[in-house]
Amino acid sequence: MIPPMPRVLGYADPLSVAPGETIRFMVGTLDGPRRYRAEVVRVVCGDTGPGGPKTVRVPTPVDGEHQGMPQPLDAGSYVIVERPDAFAGRTQFTLEAIIQPTRVPVRPTPRPQVIMGTWAEDARAGFALMLDEAGALAFLAGAGDSREPARATTGVPLTARRWYQVRAVVDLGAGTVRISQTPLVEHTPSGERPTTVDAGIPPMAPPPGGAFFLAAAQRGMEDGRLRTMWHFNGKIDRPRFVGDETPLAVWDLAADIAGDRVTDRSTHALHGRTVNAPKRAVTGHNWDGSEMDWRHAPEQYGAIHFHDDDLHDAGWRPSLSWTVPADTRSGVYALRLEAEGGPEFWVVFYVRPPRNGPRARAAFLASTATYLAYSNYRARMRPGPSELFIGALPRVDGTDILLMHHPELGGSTYDTHSDGSGVCHVSRLRPIVNTRPTGWLWNLFLDFCLLDWLEATGQPYDVVTDDELHAEGADLLAPYTVVLTGCHPEYYSREMLDALELYLGGGGRLMYMGGNGFYWRVSYPAAQRGLLEVRRAEDGTRAWVEAVGEYYHSSTGEYGGLWRRQGRPPNMLAGVGFVAQGFDRSSYYRRTAASRDPRVAFMFEGVADEVLGDFGVSGGGAAGLELDAFNAGLGSPAHALVVAASEEHSNAFQLVNEEMNVSFAGSDGRFSPAVRADMVFFEHPGGGAVFSTGSIAYVGSLGHTGHDNNIARLTGNVLRRFLDPTPFVMP
Amino acid sequence: MFTIDPRRTDLALEFKRSPFGPHSPELQAVLNVLRGSRHCQNLLLVCLKPHAEWVLAEKQPDGLPPRLFSDPVFTSLEAAEWHAFRMRWEAVTGEKLSVS
Repeated sequence: MIPPMPRVLGYADPLSVAPGETIRFMVGTLDGPRRYRAEVVRVVCGDTGPGGPKTVRVPTPVDGEHQGMPQPLDAGSYVIVERPDAFAGRTQFTLEAIIQPTRVPVRPTPRPQVIMGTWAEDARAGFALMLDEAGALAFLAGAGDSREPARATTGVPLTARRWYQVRAVVDLGAGTVRISQTPLVEHTPSGERPTTVDAGIPPMAPPPGGAFFLAAAQRGMEDGRLRTMWHFNGKIDRPRFVGDETPLAVWDLAADIAGDRVTDRSTHALHGRTVNAPKRAVTGHNWDGSEMDWRHAPEQYGAIHFHDDDLHDAGWRPSLSWTVPADTRSGVYALRLEAEGGPEFWVVFYVRPPRNGPRARAAFLASTATYLAYSNYRARMRPGPSELFIGALPRVDGTDILLMHHPELGGSTYDTHSDGSGVCHVSRLRPIVNTRPTGWLWNLFLDFCLLDWLEATGQPYDVVTDDELHAEGADLLAPYTVVLTGCHPEYYSREMLDALELYLGGGGRLMYMGGNGFYWRVSYPAAQRGLLEVRRAEDGTRAWVEAVGEYYHSSTGEYGGLWRRQGRPPNMLAGVGFVAQGFDRSSYYRRTAASRDPRVAFMFEGVADEVLGDFGVSGGGAAGLELDAFNAGLGSPAHALVVAASEEHSNAFQLVNEEMNVSFAGSDGRFSPAVRADMVFFEHPGGGAVFSTGSIAYVGSLGHTGHDNNIARLTGNVLRRFLDPTPFVMP
Repeated sequence: MFTIDPRRTDLALEFKRSPFGPHSPELQAVLNVLRGSRHCQNLLLVCLKPHAEWVLAEKQPDGLPPRLFSDPVFTSLEAAEWHAFRMRWEAVTGEKLSVS
């Protein structure tokens, strides 16, 4: 049985567009050409109940039926050197590198993994040093004629995650190839011995020239587009191509780590470039632990880690475009696609306010960095004890399951690659199945509960994004009296944090409407558009653990990991920081004595209840999923008021590991008072203020009983006062 | 190691009443075993119609798609949780759960 899955996919570029500008949509169909319907909608509420998402149709030229075509998706990272002349006409040469394979053999369907060469499968021409189907070092060559390509193998599979020097000394004219694999001495002993095989192959004419690859072979050219195959999983260090006993190319993979350039140190300038964002700034074969920062010892970081499921820019051809009319209101929009036989597919994008035009006084800051970190999330569908931390069966739908049928869509930063290493790069330039107003009530879907409430209360708002905050800084926010975050602004770059601090210092008001915010440090690689990098270093609630020695971002050199471990805990910005999570049932807040302080009288006007938010679409309460608490030791301001705190969490809620230096019993929601969400308010010296809910589930309570409830009333009181330009005064 | 006493059907009924917690410490211990046993931990709940229909599925190794069980089709999350509980109870204790 296969659930209904979308038959048409797409993505938008740019992610956010201003009135007067044009957005392009790349659309591709699955399983052959088919017709599809498209329309642009503004989304105001997610699918939180029968009736589906609440949308406003926007008449555009893209409306209607279109003929769709499949578009290729070539996952798998590699290096390409586009100098076919340099490798043509050669019969005597040596290929060598130091490698650490990580997937030996490829399962469930074994296949070759190319280390380097010019092999072009379409022409059956070129040469390649590779691992064969069994994982043994092998050599392949063909002249592109009618004869079968020549193959030689050591017949001895390599061991995953061990280092080897590999070499092929080739004389095609004489029909000889010597291939050798030599295990390097490592701290963990091994009984593996060097293996050298002298093989005879049919003498052949020199293969025609072709692009030279590290970690891939050419499948062919289709419509002018290069297709690749046989991607390598693992690290390649110090690859060299030696022709006629003099080095023709000596690639220094430790150079230009921040970008996609690959430098040849020989005199031939056979430079290349990376494709699909392999992981750089990784430890090489000679890394000895004396340095953790690649910038301090680049000679120990001379490797690249390739994965057969890396994906950066899908490179689809534009199918539709829309020039956004000048009077289009800011908001969260989507191109809704639907083809016969499958559910709809949502291509979410954002319309920002006019660049030099009027603004609303409130801005919703869409957590696009976090949405991207979670994009194409597969972890729930892979074997493992996820139910133990969720506290319930993991829930998915056919659109999620599409990911498991199409691994080439790439993963999220919560997933591991096919070789088990963590995904540290994610790209928006590909179809993303889970940033939508349906499915898992999380991130953007849950944020729509906030937008729905703003719409219902008639509050004008603009929508700006993390991507813009990163690029434009505090200037983006300066026009706004109030900025509201989404329910889970977890991933933050330094530039974004600086911008929020500047905004607050200038009198801005921040409503942090969620939980586990400002948690992970991320970077946007300047040289690789559309990409986000995260390194899950050192500590924290981690879907995977960063490889030792690889804690520093390749794109910026920043130390990866939690902001809490880098002198900027979320508590400093928001008054609260992440303490616990659980996903079975949400709870409620109870007012504290501090809520009677005259400083927050505005917040509780018309709110008589002691218990707040014992209802909602997200687990039945306002306090749930991921929780933040006040902690002066981590920088929560001393004058902050904790006006309410949650209680009665289930035993699925556990203190997060960074809250426990030593593990101890009784650390779940039934026993530990530390498992709670704190609702916090504090004034800022510049006349601004911060309100923090401390819970992801909070916004799911705003819509209860027609937006008439104590959470909606309290939040409305905060928003009203925050919109009042009267400066807040420090106590 | 904690083992489930198959006579403690009262804990099963507690789960049926409140599958999403909070749970008594004894029930939580049962759930930890049921959800943590290697042959029981690979269940998924797949939504076929939003807010209306779900089926169970089994996660697969090597990145393969989950295998869906077409029957039964559940019309509530609670019913699906209860069905999974009963399946696992029998798999772990070797005894069919005698309460429904």
